[in-house]
Amino acid sequence: MTTARWNRKDLLGLRELSADEINLVLETADAFKQVGTREIKKVPALRGKTLVNFFIEPSTRTRTSFELAAFRLSADVINITASASSLSKGETLKDTAKILEANHVDIIVLRHSSAGAPQFLAERLRSSIINAGDGAHEHPTQGLLDTYTIREKKKRIEGLNVVIIGDILFSRVARSNIFALTKLGARVTVVGPSTLVPRDFEKLGVAVSYDIDKVLPTADVVNLLRIQHERQRKEYFPGVGEYIRLFGLTKERAKLLKPDCLIMHPGPINRGVEIDSEVADGNQSVILNQVTNGLAVRMAVLYLCGGIAT
Amino acid sequence: MNEKKKNSSPDKSILVMDAPAIQRALRRIAHEIIERNPDLNQIILAGIPSRGNEIARRIADIISTIEKIPVGVGTIDVAMHRDDVGIRTELPAVRASDLPLPLETKTVIIVDDVLFTGRTVRAAMDAITSFGRPARIQLAVLIDRGHRELPIRADYVGKNLPTAPDEKVRLRLGEDEEGVWLVKEDAT
Repeated sequence: MTTARWNRKDLLGLRELSADEINLVLETADAFKQVGTREIKKVPALRGKTLVNFFIEPSTRTRTSFELAAFRLSADVINITASASSLSKGETLKDTAKILEANHVDIIVLRHSSAGAPQFLAERLRSSIINAGDGAHEHPTQGLLDTYTIREKKKRIEGLNVVIIGDILFSRVARSNIFALTKLGARVTVVGPSTLVPRDFEKLGVAVSYDIDKVLPTADVVNLLRIQHERQRKEYFPGVGEYIRLFGLTKERAKLLKPDCLIMHPGPINRGVEIDSEVADGNQSVILNQVTNGLAVRMAVLYLCGGIAT
Repeated sequence: MNEKKKNSSPDKSILVMDAPAIQRALRRIAHEIIERNPDLNQIILAGIPSRGNEIARRIADIISTIEKIPVGVGTIDVAMHRDDVGIRTELPAVRASDLPLPLETKTVIIVDDVLFTGRTVRAAMDAITSFGRPARIQLAVLIDRGHRELPIRADYVGKNLPTAPDEKVRLRLGEDEEGVWLVKEDAT
Protein backbone atom coordinates (compact mmCIF):
# COMPACT_ATOMS: atom_id res chain seq x y z
CA MET A 1 0.00 0.00 0.00
CA THR A 2 1.19 3.45 -0.77
CA THR A 3 1.41 5.96 2.04
CA ALA A 4 0.61 8.91 -0.22
CA ARG A 5 -1.85 11.53 0.92
CA TRP A 6 -4.36 13.30 -1.28
CA ASN A 7 -4.49 17.07 -0.88
CA ARG A 8 -6.11 18.13 -4.13
CA LYS A 9 -9.60 19.51 -4.50
CA ASP A 10 -9.32 19.20 -8.29
CA LEU A 11 -8.14 16.67 -10.83
CA LEU A 12 -7.01 18.67 -13.85
CA GLY A 13 -4.40 16.40 -15.39
CA LEU A 14 -1.98 13.58 -14.69
CA ARG A 15 1.11 15.59 -15.58
CA GLU A 16 1.11 17.26 -12.16
CA LEU A 17 0.48 14.06 -10.15
CA SER A 18 3.27 12.09 -8.50
CA ALA A 19 3.64 8.34 -8.97
CA ASP A 20 2.48 7.94 -5.35
CA GLU A 21 -0.67 9.96 -5.97
CA ILE A 22 -1.47 7.90 -9.07
CA ASN A 23 -0.97 4.70 -7.09
CA LEU A 24 -3.25 6.04 -4.36
CA VAL A 25 -6.04 6.58 -6.89
CA LEU A 26 -5.54 3.06 -8.27
CA GLU A 27 -5.63 1.49 -4.81
CA THR A 28 -8.70 3.50 -3.87
CA ALA A 29 -10.32 2.29 -7.10
CA ASP A 30 -9.60 -1.32 -6.04
CA ALA A 31 -11.80 -0.75 -3.01
CA PHE A 32 -14.58 0.92 -4.99
CA LYS A 33 -14.56 -1.69 -7.76
CA GLN A 34 -15.77 -4.18 -5.21
CA VAL A 35 -18.82 -2.03 -4.36
CA GLY A 36 -20.21 -2.93 -7.81
CA THR A 37 -20.43 -6.58 -6.75
CA ARG A 38 -22.54 -5.87 -3.65
CA GLU A 39 -26.23 -6.46 -3.37
CA ILE A 40 -26.66 -2.75 -2.62
CA LYS A 41 -24.27 -1.05 -5.02
CA LYS A 42 -24.15 2.19 -3.13
CA VAL A 43 -22.11 3.62 -0.29
CA PRO A 44 -22.79 6.84 1.64
CA ALA A 45 -19.29 8.31 1.16
CA LEU A 46 -20.48 11.49 -0.64
CA ARG A 47 -23.98 11.69 0.82
CA GLY A 48 -25.25 15.26 0.73
CA LYS A 49 -22.77 16.38 -1.92
CA THR A 50 -23.98 17.75 -5.24
CA LEU A 51 -22.22 17.01 -8.50
CA VAL A 52 -22.78 18.72 -11.82
CA ASN A 53 -21.85 16.99 -15.04
CA PHE A 54 -21.04 20.00 -17.20
CA PHE A 55 -20.42 18.72 -20.72
CA ILE A 56 -19.80 21.36 -23.34
CA GLU A 57 -18.67 18.66 -25.81
CA PRO A 58 -20.82 15.63 -26.55
CA SER A 59 -20.07 12.44 -24.62
CA THR A 60 -22.12 9.47 -23.60
CA ARG A 61 -19.73 7.05 -22.00
CA THR A 62 -17.74 9.46 -19.87
CA ARG A 63 -20.80 11.37 -18.70
CA THR A 64 -22.71 8.17 -17.91
CA SER A 65 -19.70 6.77 -16.08
CA PHE A 66 -19.34 9.88 -13.91
CA GLU A 67 -23.08 9.94 -13.28
CA LEU A 68 -23.12 6.31 -12.19
CA ALA A 69 -20.00 6.83 -10.06
CA ALA A 70 -21.69 9.74 -8.29
CA PHE A 71 -24.89 7.71 -7.71
CA ARG A 72 -22.88 4.88 -6.19
CA LEU A 73 -21.29 7.34 -3.78
CA SER A 74 -24.76 8.73 -2.86
CA ALA A 75 -24.07 12.19 -4.34
CA ASP A 76 -26.86 14.09 -6.09
CA VAL A 77 -26.29 14.66 -9.81
CA ILE A 78 -27.43 17.18 -12.40
CA ASN A 79 -26.42 17.01 -16.05
CA ILE A 80 -25.90 20.12 -18.15
CA THR A 81 -25.08 19.98 -21.83
CA ALA A 82 -23.89 22.86 -23.98
CA SER A 83 -27.11 23.20 -25.95
CA ALA A 84 -29.22 23.17 -22.79
CA SER A 85 -27.10 25.69 -20.92
CA SER A 86 -27.11 29.45 -21.05
CA LEU A 87 -23.76 29.26 -22.81
CA SER A 88 -25.84 29.06 -25.96
CA LYS A 89 -27.35 32.40 -24.93
CA GLY A 90 -23.93 33.97 -24.70
CA GLU A 91 -23.16 33.53 -21.00
CA THR A 92 -19.45 33.04 -20.32
CA LEU A 93 -18.11 29.81 -18.88
CA LYS A 94 -17.05 31.66 -15.76
CA ASP A 95 -20.49 33.12 -15.17
CA THR A 96 -22.22 29.79 -15.70
CA ALA A 97 -19.83 28.18 -13.26
CA LYS A 98 -20.32 30.97 -10.71
CA ILE A 99 -24.06 30.34 -10.90
CA LEU A 100 -23.45 26.66 -10.22
CA GLU A 101 -21.29 27.50 -7.24
CA ALA A 102 -23.88 29.93 -5.91
CA ASN A 103 -26.21 26.92 -5.90
CA HIS A 104 -23.73 25.18 -3.58
CA VAL A 105 -22.51 22.65 -6.07
CA ASP A 106 -19.62 20.69 -4.54
CA ILE A 107 -18.11 19.00 -7.59
CA ILE A 108 -18.12 20.10 -11.23
CA VAL A 109 -17.14 17.53 -13.83
CA LEU A 110 -16.19 19.52 -16.91
CA ARG A 111 -15.80 18.43 -20.52
CA HIS A 112 -14.74 21.31 -22.73
CA SER A 113 -13.28 21.77 -26.21
CA SER A 114 -10.72 24.27 -24.96
CA ALA A 115 -7.55 23.08 -23.26
CA GLY A 116 -7.21 24.69 -19.84
CA ALA A 117 -10.91 25.35 -19.24
CA PRO A 118 -10.95 23.14 -16.10
CA GLN A 119 -7.91 24.92 -14.70
CA PHE A 120 -9.55 28.28 -15.40
CA LEU A 121 -12.49 27.25 -13.24
CA ALA A 122 -10.41 25.51 -10.58
CA GLU A 123 -8.54 28.74 -9.88
CA ARG A 124 -11.75 30.70 -9.50
CA LEU A 125 -14.16 28.39 -7.69
CA ARG A 126 -14.20 26.66 -4.34
CA SER A 127 -15.95 23.64 -5.88
CA SER A 128 -13.87 20.63 -6.88
CA ILE A 129 -13.24 20.60 -10.62
CA ILE A 130 -12.74 17.26 -12.35
CA ASN A 131 -11.42 17.40 -15.90
CA ALA A 132 -13.44 15.04 -18.09
CA GLY A 133 -11.43 15.99 -21.18
CA ASP A 134 -10.30 19.45 -22.27
CA GLY A 135 -9.45 19.95 -25.93
CA ALA A 136 -6.27 18.12 -26.89
CA HIS A 137 -4.81 18.62 -23.41
CA GLU A 138 -5.72 15.84 -20.96
CA HIS A 139 -8.38 13.30 -20.07
CA PRO A 140 -7.05 12.25 -16.68
CA THR A 141 -9.72 9.73 -15.68
CA GLN A 142 -9.25 7.91 -19.00
CA GLY A 143 -5.49 7.79 -18.40
CA LEU A 144 -6.12 6.44 -14.90
CA LEU A 145 -8.62 3.80 -15.98
CA ASP A 146 -6.31 2.60 -18.78
CA THR A 147 -3.45 2.36 -16.29
CA TYR A 148 -5.75 0.59 -13.82
CA THR A 149 -6.80 -1.95 -16.46
CA ILE A 150 -3.20 -2.69 -17.45
CA ARG A 151 -2.17 -3.05 -13.79
CA GLU A 152 -5.13 -5.34 -13.12
CA LYS A 153 -4.37 -7.64 -16.06
CA LYS A 154 -0.56 -7.55 -16.00
CA LYS A 155 -0.13 -7.13 -12.21
CA ARG A 156 2.44 -4.37 -12.82
CA ILE A 157 3.18 -1.31 -14.93
CA GLU A 158 6.93 -1.04 -14.55
CA GLY A 159 8.91 -2.39 -17.49
CA LEU A 160 5.91 -3.02 -19.75
CA ASN A 161 6.03 -2.04 -23.42
CA VAL A 162 2.94 0.03 -24.13
CA VAL A 163 2.25 1.07 -27.72
CA ILE A 164 -0.23 3.88 -28.36
CA ILE A 165 -1.40 4.01 -31.97
CA GLY A 166 -3.19 6.71 -33.90
CA ASP A 167 -3.85 10.39 -33.74
CA ILE A 168 -1.45 11.28 -30.95
CA LEU A 169 -1.22 14.99 -31.69
CA PHE A 170 -4.87 15.74 -31.07
CA SER A 171 -5.37 13.11 -28.39
CA ARG A 172 -5.90 14.07 -24.77
CA VAL A 173 -6.20 10.34 -24.03
CA ALA A 174 -2.68 9.75 -25.37
CA ARG A 175 -1.25 12.56 -23.26
CA SER A 176 -2.85 11.41 -20.01
CA ASN A 177 -1.77 7.83 -20.72
CA ILE A 178 1.80 8.93 -21.44
CA PHE A 179 2.05 10.88 -18.17
CA ALA A 180 0.63 8.10 -15.99
CA LEU A 181 2.47 5.21 -17.62
CA THR A 182 5.90 6.83 -17.81
CA LYS A 183 5.66 7.95 -14.17
CA LEU A 184 4.98 4.35 -13.17
CA GLY A 185 7.92 3.06 -15.20
CA ALA A 186 6.39 1.70 -18.43
CA ARG A 187 8.17 2.09 -21.77
CA VAL A 188 5.75 3.93 -24.04
CA THR A 189 5.96 4.06 -27.84
CA VAL A 190 3.65 6.26 -29.89
CA VAL A 191 2.92 5.24 -33.47
CA GLY A 192 0.99 6.88 -36.30
CA PRO A 193 1.23 9.06 -39.40
CA SER A 194 4.11 11.55 -39.06
CA THR A 195 1.65 14.45 -39.35
CA LEU A 196 -0.16 13.19 -36.25
CA VAL A 197 2.88 11.93 -34.32
CA PRO A 198 5.45 14.70 -34.16
CA ARG A 199 8.98 13.90 -32.98
CA ASP A 200 8.39 16.46 -30.21
CA PHE A 201 6.66 13.74 -28.21
CA GLU A 202 10.11 12.31 -27.40
CA LYS A 203 10.41 15.19 -24.93
CA LEU A 204 7.69 13.50 -22.86
CA GLY A 205 9.93 10.46 -22.44
CA VAL A 206 8.34 8.22 -25.06
CA ALA A 207 9.68 6.60 -28.23
CA VAL A 208 8.23 7.71 -31.57
CA SER A 209 7.79 5.24 -34.42
CA TYR A 210 6.16 5.31 -37.85
CA ASP A 211 6.45 1.56 -38.47
CA ILE A 212 3.68 -0.31 -36.69
CA ASP A 213 4.81 -3.77 -37.79
CA LYS A 214 8.16 -3.24 -36.10
CA VAL A 215 6.73 -2.33 -32.67
CA LEU A 216 3.83 -4.78 -32.40
CA PRO A 217 5.83 -7.99 -31.75
CA THR A 218 7.36 -6.71 -28.49
CA ALA A 219 4.26 -4.91 -27.20
CA ASP A 220 2.67 -5.95 -23.89
CA VAL A 221 -0.22 -3.54 -24.46
CA VAL A 222 -1.54 -1.76 -27.54
CA ASN A 223 -3.88 1.15 -27.01
CA LEU A 224 -5.71 2.23 -30.17
CA LEU A 225 -7.00 5.74 -30.34
CA ARG A 226 -10.07 6.76 -32.24
CA ILE A 227 -9.49 8.86 -35.31
CA GLN A 228 -11.15 12.05 -34.16
CA HIS A 229 -12.79 13.21 -37.34
CA GLU A 230 -14.18 16.21 -35.49
CA ARG A 231 -10.68 17.51 -34.76
CA GLN A 232 -9.07 16.41 -38.03
CA ARG A 233 -8.12 18.68 -40.83
CA LYS A 234 -7.51 17.33 -44.30
CA GLU A 235 -3.81 18.08 -44.44
CA TYR A 236 -3.09 16.02 -41.32
CA PHE A 237 -4.88 12.85 -42.22
CA PRO A 238 -3.81 10.50 -45.02
CA GLY A 239 -7.33 9.24 -45.77
CA VAL A 240 -9.18 6.32 -44.24
CA GLY A 241 -8.00 3.68 -46.75
CA GLU A 242 -4.38 4.55 -46.38
CA TYR A 243 -4.68 4.83 -42.60
CA ILE A 244 -6.08 1.30 -42.35
CA ARG A 245 -3.31 -0.02 -44.61
CA LEU A 246 -0.53 1.65 -42.61
CA PHE A 247 -1.81 1.76 -39.03
CA GLY A 248 -5.06 -0.17 -38.67
CA LEU A 249 -5.01 -3.16 -36.32
CA THR A 250 -6.34 -5.61 -38.86
CA LYS A 251 -6.87 -9.33 -38.31
CA GLU A 252 -3.63 -10.09 -40.16
CA ARG A 253 -1.61 -7.50 -38.31
CA ALA A 254 -2.93 -8.70 -34.93
CA LYS A 255 -1.09 -11.98 -35.58
CA LEU A 256 2.17 -10.12 -34.97
CA LEU A 257 1.15 -9.57 -31.34
CA LYS A 258 2.26 -11.69 -28.41
CA PRO A 259 -0.63 -13.96 -27.35
CA ASP A 260 -0.88 -12.18 -23.98
CA CYS A 261 -0.70 -8.68 -25.40
CA LEU A 262 -3.68 -6.58 -24.24
CA ILE A 263 -5.71 -4.67 -26.81
CA MET A 264 -7.30 -1.46 -25.55
CA HIS A 265 -9.46 1.26 -27.01
CA PRO A 266 -10.98 4.22 -25.16
CA GLY A 267 -14.04 4.15 -27.42
CA PRO A 268 -16.13 4.92 -29.28
CA ILE A 269 -14.68 2.46 -31.80
CA ASN A 270 -14.62 3.10 -35.52
CA ARG A 271 -14.88 -0.57 -36.45
CA GLY A 272 -12.89 -1.38 -39.56
CA VAL A 273 -10.78 1.78 -39.25
CA GLU A 274 -8.38 1.74 -36.32
CA ILE A 275 -9.36 -1.81 -35.40
CA ASP A 276 -11.08 -4.75 -37.11
CA SER A 277 -14.28 -5.99 -35.51
CA GLU A 278 -12.89 -9.50 -34.89
CA VAL A 279 -9.92 -8.01 -33.04
CA ALA A 280 -12.04 -5.61 -31.01
CA ASP A 281 -14.24 -8.52 -29.87
CA GLY A 282 -11.40 -11.06 -29.56
CA ASN A 283 -10.04 -12.58 -26.38
CA GLN A 284 -7.07 -10.21 -26.15
CA SER A 285 -9.42 -7.24 -26.07
CA VAL A 286 -10.02 -5.61 -22.66
CA ILE A 287 -12.21 -2.84 -24.04
CA LEU A 288 -15.20 -3.75 -21.85
CA ASN A 289 -12.96 -4.14 -18.78
CA GLN A 290 -11.90 -0.55 -19.41
CA VAL A 291 -15.53 0.55 -19.14
CA THR A 292 -16.12 -1.36 -15.88
CA ASN A 293 -12.88 -0.08 -14.40
CA GLY A 294 -13.70 3.46 -15.50
CA LEU A 295 -16.57 3.47 -13.03
CA ALA A 296 -14.35 2.37 -10.13
CA VAL A 297 -11.63 4.86 -11.03
CA ARG A 298 -14.13 7.71 -11.26
CA MET A 299 -15.61 6.76 -7.87
CA ALA A 300 -12.08 6.92 -6.45
CA VAL A 301 -11.43 10.34 -8.02
CA LEU A 302 -14.75 11.78 -6.81
CA TYR A 303 -14.17 10.36 -3.34
CA LEU A 304 -10.64 11.75 -3.10
CA CYS A 305 -11.36 15.22 -4.54
CA GLY A 306 -14.89 15.63 -3.17
CA GLY A 307 -14.32 14.01 0.21
CA ILE A 308 -11.71 16.33 1.66
CA ALA A 309 -12.77 19.30 3.72
CA THR A 310 -12.42 22.53 1.75
CA MET B 1 9.33 -6.30 32.44
CA ASN B 2 5.79 -5.12 33.00
CA GLU B 3 6.81 -3.44 36.20
CA LYS B 4 9.72 -1.76 34.57
CA LYS B 5 7.52 -0.41 31.82
CA LYS B 6 4.99 0.82 34.35
CA ASN B 7 7.40 2.55 36.66
CA SER B 8 9.95 4.05 34.35
CA SER B 9 7.43 4.95 31.59
CA PRO B 10 9.60 7.67 30.04
CA ASP B 11 6.95 8.27 27.36
CA LYS B 12 4.15 8.32 29.99
CA SER B 13 2.66 5.14 28.61
CA ILE B 14 1.29 2.46 30.89
CA LEU B 15 1.26 -1.17 29.85
CA VAL B 16 -2.26 -2.46 30.45
CA MET B 17 -2.08 -5.82 28.64
CA ASP B 18 0.97 -7.86 27.73
CA ALA B 19 1.11 -10.63 25.12
CA PRO B 20 -0.10 -13.46 27.42
CA ALA B 21 -2.94 -11.25 28.70
CA ILE B 22 -4.07 -10.53 25.11
CA GLN B 23 -3.98 -14.22 24.27
CA ARG B 24 -6.00 -15.10 27.40
CA ALA B 25 -8.59 -12.43 26.56
CA LEU B 26 -8.96 -13.72 23.00
CA ARG B 27 -9.32 -17.29 24.28
CA ARG B 28 -12.10 -16.20 26.62
CA ILE B 29 -13.84 -14.33 23.80
CA ALA B 30 -13.57 -17.47 21.64
CA HIS B 31 -15.26 -19.52 24.39
CA GLU B 32 -18.02 -16.94 24.81
CA ILE B 33 -18.65 -16.96 21.06
CA ILE B 34 -18.90 -20.76 21.08
CA GLU B 35 -21.29 -20.62 24.05
CA ARG B 36 -23.60 -18.03 22.47
CA ASN B 37 -23.64 -19.42 18.93
CA PRO B 38 -24.79 -23.06 18.88
CA ASP B 39 -24.39 -23.26 15.09
CA LEU B 40 -20.78 -22.22 14.56
CA ASN B 41 -21.02 -23.00 10.84
CA GLN B 42 -23.11 -19.86 10.51
CA ILE B 43 -20.70 -17.37 12.07
CA ILE B 44 -18.41 -14.99 10.19
CA LEU B 45 -15.72 -13.09 12.06
CA ALA B 46 -15.48 -9.85 10.14
CA GLY B 47 -12.44 -7.75 11.03
CA ILE B 48 -12.17 -3.99 10.61
CA PRO B 49 -8.77 -3.26 8.96
CA SER B 50 -6.16 -3.62 9.87
CA ARG B 51 -5.86 -4.82 13.47
CA GLY B 52 -9.42 -6.09 13.57
CA ASN B 53 -8.41 -8.57 10.83
CA GLU B 54 -5.53 -9.88 12.93
CA ILE B 55 -7.75 -10.26 16.01
CA ALA B 56 -10.54 -11.94 13.97
CA ARG B 57 -8.02 -14.38 12.51
CA ARG B 58 -6.69 -15.28 15.97
CA ILE B 59 -10.15 -15.80 17.47
CA ALA B 60 -11.10 -17.95 14.45
CA ASP B 61 -7.96 -20.05 14.95
CA ILE B 62 -8.80 -20.62 18.61
CA ILE B 63 -12.42 -21.60 17.84
CA SER B 64 -11.25 -23.93 15.06
CA THR B 65 -8.79 -25.62 17.39
CA ILE B 66 -11.38 -26.12 20.14
CA GLU B 67 -14.32 -27.17 17.96
CA LYS B 68 -12.39 -28.80 15.08
CA ILE B 69 -14.33 -26.90 12.44
CA PRO B 70 -13.32 -24.15 10.03
CA VAL B 71 -14.62 -20.68 10.95
CA GLY B 72 -15.51 -18.04 8.35
CA VAL B 73 -13.51 -14.82 8.42
CA GLY B 74 -13.88 -11.63 6.40
CA THR B 75 -12.98 -7.97 6.13
CA ILE B 76 -15.29 -4.95 6.32
CA ASP B 77 -14.18 -1.61 4.98
CA VAL B 78 -15.67 1.24 6.98
CA ALA B 79 -14.00 4.24 5.34
CA MET B 80 -16.59 4.66 2.61
CA HIS B 81 -19.42 4.35 5.15
CA ARG B 82 -18.14 6.93 7.63
CA ASP B 83 -20.30 9.92 8.55
CA ASP B 84 -17.44 12.42 8.65
CA VAL B 85 -16.32 12.49 5.02
CA GLY B 86 -15.99 16.13 4.06
CA ILE B 87 -15.40 17.15 7.69
CA ARG B 88 -11.96 15.62 8.13
CA THR B 89 -8.96 17.22 6.48
CA GLU B 90 -7.45 13.81 5.92
CA LEU B 91 -9.43 11.13 4.14
CA PRO B 92 -9.40 7.61 5.53
CA ALA B 93 -7.92 5.12 3.06
CA VAL B 94 -10.62 2.92 1.56
CA ARG B 95 -10.12 -0.82 1.18
CA ALA B 96 -12.18 -3.57 -0.39
CA SER B 97 -14.53 -5.48 1.88
CA ASP B 98 -14.50 -9.26 1.68
CA LEU B 99 -17.37 -11.22 3.18
CA PRO B 100 -18.44 -14.77 2.33
CA LEU B 101 -21.87 -14.45 0.66
CA PRO B 102 -24.80 -14.79 0.99
CA LEU B 103 -25.23 -13.39 4.50
CA GLU B 104 -28.91 -14.20 4.99
CA THR B 105 -28.52 -17.08 7.48
CA LYS B 106 -25.27 -15.87 8.98
CA THR B 107 -24.24 -14.25 12.24
CA VAL B 108 -21.67 -11.62 11.39
CA ILE B 109 -19.41 -10.81 14.33
CA ILE B 110 -17.69 -7.46 13.84
CA VAL B 111 -14.19 -7.58 15.29
CA ASP B 112 -12.17 -4.48 16.14
CA ASP B 113 -9.25 -3.59 18.38
CA VAL B 114 -10.62 -0.65 20.39
CA LEU B 115 -14.25 0.38 20.94
CA PHE B 116 -14.43 4.15 21.53
CA THR B 117 -17.18 6.43 20.16
CA GLY B 118 -19.01 3.62 18.37
CA ARG B 119 -19.04 5.48 15.06
CA THR B 120 -16.77 2.97 13.35
CA VAL B 121 -19.08 0.15 14.42
CA ARG B 122 -22.10 2.05 13.09
CA ALA B 123 -20.30 2.41 9.75
CA ALA B 124 -19.39 -1.29 9.82
CA MET B 125 -23.05 -2.28 10.33
CA ASP B 126 -24.01 -0.12 7.34
CA ALA B 127 -21.29 -1.73 5.25
CA ILE B 128 -22.43 -5.23 6.18
CA THR B 129 -26.07 -4.57 5.34
CA SER B 130 -25.07 -3.38 1.85
CA PHE B 131 -23.99 -6.97 1.18
CA GLY B 132 -27.23 -8.52 2.42
CA ARG B 133 -29.33 -9.07 5.50
CA PRO B 134 -27.50 -11.22 8.04
CA ALA B 135 -29.56 -13.12 10.64
CA ARG B 136 -27.78 -11.11 13.34
CA ILE B 137 -24.74 -8.90 13.91
CA GLN B 138 -22.62 -9.09 17.05
CA LEU B 139 -19.57 -7.13 18.17
CA ALA B 140 -16.26 -8.31 19.64
CA VAL B 141 -13.50 -5.91 20.74
CA LEU B 142 -10.19 -6.38 22.48
CA ILE B 143 -10.48 -3.09 24.42
CA ASP B 144 -13.57 -1.13 25.42
CA ARG B 145 -12.34 2.31 26.46
CA GLY B 146 -15.75 3.97 26.94
CA HIS B 147 -16.90 7.44 25.73
CA ARG B 148 -19.61 6.19 23.39
CA GLU B 149 -21.36 8.72 21.17
CA LEU B 150 -23.94 6.24 19.86
CA PRO B 151 -26.16 3.61 21.52
CA ILE B 152 -23.77 0.73 20.80
CA ARG B 153 -22.30 -1.90 23.10
CA ALA B 154 -20.02 -4.87 22.56
CA ASP B 155 -21.15 -8.51 22.97
CA TYR B 156 -17.61 -9.71 23.68
CA VAL B 157 -14.99 -7.56 25.42
CA GLY B 158 -11.34 -8.49 26.05
CA LYS B 159 -10.79 -5.77 28.63
CA ASN B 160 -12.77 -2.81 29.90
CA LEU B 161 -10.30 0.05 30.17
CA PRO B 162 -11.47 3.28 31.84
CA THR B 163 -9.82 6.19 30.04
CA ALA B 164 -9.90 9.97 29.84
CA PRO B 165 -11.10 11.27 26.47
CA ASP B 166 -7.70 12.81 25.66
CA GLU B 167 -5.77 9.64 26.44
CA LYS B 168 -4.76 7.27 23.67
CA VAL B 169 -4.78 3.51 23.55
CA ARG B 170 -1.80 2.09 21.68
CA LEU B 171 -1.79 -1.47 20.42
CA ARG B 172 0.90 -3.67 19.01
CA LEU B 173 -0.10 -6.99 17.55
CA GLY B 174 1.88 -9.56 15.62
CA GLU B 175 5.11 -7.71 16.31
CA ASP B 176 8.11 -8.47 18.54
CA GLU B 177 6.74 -6.65 21.51
CA GLU B 178 3.02 -7.25 21.73
CA GLY B 179 0.84 -5.33 24.11
CA VAL B 180 -1.70 -2.63 24.88
CA TRP B 181 -0.60 0.68 26.35
CA LEU B 182 -2.47 3.67 27.69
CA VAL B 183 -0.75 6.88 26.56
CA LYS B 184 -1.27 10.34 28.06
CA GLU B 185 -1.92 12.92 25.39
CA ASP B 186 1.01 15.22 26.31
CA ALA B 187 3.45 12.33 25.82
CA THR B 188 3.48 12.79 22.05
